Amino acid sequence: MNAGSSKVRGWAALVSTHAVLVPAAVLVGAPFVWLVCAALKRNEDFFTSTFLPGGDGFLGVEWGRVTFEHFGRLLFELGLGRAMLNSIFLSSTTAVLATVISAMGGYALAKFEFRGRKLAQGIVLAAIIIPPPLLIAPGFQWLFQLGLLDSFAGLILPAIAPAFGVYLFRQAALSSVPGALIEAARLDGCGEGRIFFGIALPLMRPMIGAFILLTFLGTWNNFISPQVVMQSPGKFPLAVAIAQLKSTYYQDYGLLMAGTLVSVIPLMMLFLVLQKEFIAGLTSGAVKG
Amino acid sequence: MATPRRAAWGFLAPFFVLFTLFTVYPLARAAVLAVQQTYGPGTERFVGLDNFKALAADPLFWKAVRNTTVYTTTTVLIQLPLSLLFAMMLNRPGLRGRAFYRLVFFSPALVGVVFVGMIFGVIFEKRTGLLNQFLHAVIGWDLDFPWMQNYVMPSLVIATLWQYMGYNMIYFLAALQNVPRELTEASEIDGAGPVRRFVSVTWPSIRPVATFVILLSVIGSFQLFELPWVLLNSAAGPDNRGLTVVMYLYQRGFETGDLGYASAIGWMLGMLLVVCAVVQRRLSRGEESV
Repeated sequence: MNAGSSKVRGWAALVSTHAVLVPAAVLVGAPFVWLVCAALKRNEDFFTSTFLPGGDGFLGVEWGRVTFEHFGRLLFELGLGRAMLNSIFLSSTTAVLATVISAMGGYALAKFEFRGRKLAQGIVLAAIIIPPPLLIAPGFQWLFQLGLLDSFAGLILPAIAPAFGVYLFRQAALSSVPGALIEAARLDGCGEGRIFFGIALPLMRPMIGAFILLTFLGTWNNFISPQVVMQSPGKFPLAVAIAQLKSTYYQDYGLLMAGTLVSVIPLMMLFLVLQKEFIAGLTSGAVKG
Repeated sequence: MATPRRAAWGFLAPFFVLFTLFTVYPLARAAVLAVQQTYGPGTERFVGLDNFKALAADPLFWKAVRNTTVYTTTTVLIQLPLSLLFAMMLNRPGLRGRAFYRLVFFSPALVGVVFVGMIFGVIFEKRTGLLNQFLHAVIGWDLDFPWMQNYVMPSLVIATLWQYMGYNMIYFLAALQNVPRELTEASEIDGAGPVRRFVSVTWPSIRPVATFVILLSVIGSFQLFELPWVLLNSAAGPDNRGLTVVMYLYQRGFETGDLGYASAIGWMLGMLLVVCAVVQRRLSRGEESV
């Protein structure tokens, strides 16, 4: 076989790969495009056009019929701005605290010799397999007794000590914080706190980015915990507020899709910024083992 | 200056204090609750193993188990091979636009399950929904096909496929990128066809990741709740076809108000997941010794 024909074969293989990937990408992307269009349509246009109302304008769309009225209603009539702020507050607080606590724990397990370390590691590993739904009922009762129902603390405190995070940061510390560096800093008279915050933490930066985003995402999209813990509508995060919207305004499709769109956009933007760290961190636990 | 040992416990303390308060203690309470009948969070009565006996004879519970198992098996069997296939396509040397494809395929994973439910609730509509319109245009599909009315499980599987295909693909892609290129090239020079190459070179090197992804998907799928909940308007759908184990737990614990019964359901789910993990361990170990 000569080199030319294998080159042609390679080229043909690439073309056929794109021939599968392009339609697949269109299929996966279509619901997003559709969502944006659905949020911008008046209710009377919702079912008469699949995407945007047709007309003589640019791209064959009648742009005059595009409307932002749903966003206005969400913000001014239905108080969705409040839910957005709740989501931002809950997600960022949980993400930062969970990351700091997990990083400290993982670092201790990876870089210190002490009695009980094996046991502590065993507990962390065992805790990873506890299914969260098992804790819903007893957790609810416990928060009731602590007087933490319907409070942000009742959602944040149980969420900021994730065993999985400790495990991930242990892996990160093992692979990216050299023991010699810690020793040298100790000999220089550096305190343990300064060693952690000044030396170890910066070295674990990729995992920090990944875990912050992972936790932010998980909290933002979490439904069952706030649904159970929160009672006053003023404290609902977006996931709960939007689901409630669906039961009240189930026929107001444009409004529902606009609400969904504004709930999804902040995550997309955050992901675009932290994309590289996120994918690296996501897969490091699995690939490195 | 603190000794390193003290410092270690100092670093671990915040985790262990919160973990004990909000995981270990509730876990112990879950054991106590499971042998109680409760009316809301305040009043409870000891009933021994009655909750588990009632569960064993509860047709709704078994319906939920059956639905959840069917959902899990179908999503895993359809989704993971697809994820792997797409990962292999994206891993092709010299492919342009890899980062773009990866971004597009992965992005649905950013959308929370509740929001996926919101979007697909309208996409699955009869006549006006995007899915029926698309299928009608392409293959002349019935515009009035009743997705959420009659085909609850296929609807759930389709929405999940959209959401997580790319997410799992990322794991496979990372694993594939760790397969040494010399190895694939060597087998290609030896004249191994694509199937042979996959079986003898690619699969053995990505198997640990595949095992991990399967376990992750199974565990995640067994906890299905929000998607049918939102799609079916805060209920289990016609004839309870969308009832899942966690949804039943929620209904009994927070709509009926019996946290004891809900706890018993939680333990059953926990045991189910442990069994899955053990079986999966055994299977992957058994393969290794062959």
